[in-house]
Amino acid sequence: MKLARVLGTVVSTIKHPAFDHRTLLYCDVLTPAGDPDGQRIIAVDHVQAGVGDTVLILDEGNGARQILGPTAQPVRAVIVGIVDEVELVR
Amino acid sequence: MYLGRVIGTCVATVKYEGMQGYRLLIVEPVDDEGRVTGDPHVAVDVTQAGPGETVFLVGSREAALACDPSFVPVDAAVVGIVDALDVP
Repeated sequence: MKLARVLGTVVSTIKHPAFDHRTLLYCDVLTPAGDPDGQRIIAVDHVQAGVGDTVLILDEGNGARQILGPTAQPVRAVIVGIVDEVELVR
Repeated sequence: MYLGRVIGTCVATVKYEGMQGYRLLIVEPVDDEGRVTGDPHVAVDVTQAGPGETVFLVGSREAALACDPSFVPVDAAVVGIVDALDVP
């Protein structure tokens, strides 16, 4: 899974039906230290994350379909957690 | 899943039979400020997006699953047209 910060929301009315009624959040992937690593991901929100939250993103299709069900065929990235704290030991 | 901008179309009459009926778009990955963040590539269009439009795409296996039949050699698909990107 990837650590990311939610930057904003993606508004889209014309889209594949698998994305209907699902919130799309535009996220900035972070290093464990909390710095952006340059990659941006659009993910389906599953935990009511808000802009500015640090979240956990599952970026793999099979896992996404297990969470969202078989109708979510082309969904790949799902936000599966809101991170409270990251502690690094090195 | 990533943000992209449609910069062109690609026509291929001779192609794998499962891909018939799908438009091919040339897209370049962009970020919320419109800066290009990756190499241009060809994606199957599932949403009738036009040139210049900001879209979002899915890659790898999920791109093929956006198509019907889903057993097609596709690794990028435009799955939504972005109306607005609200980044405060």
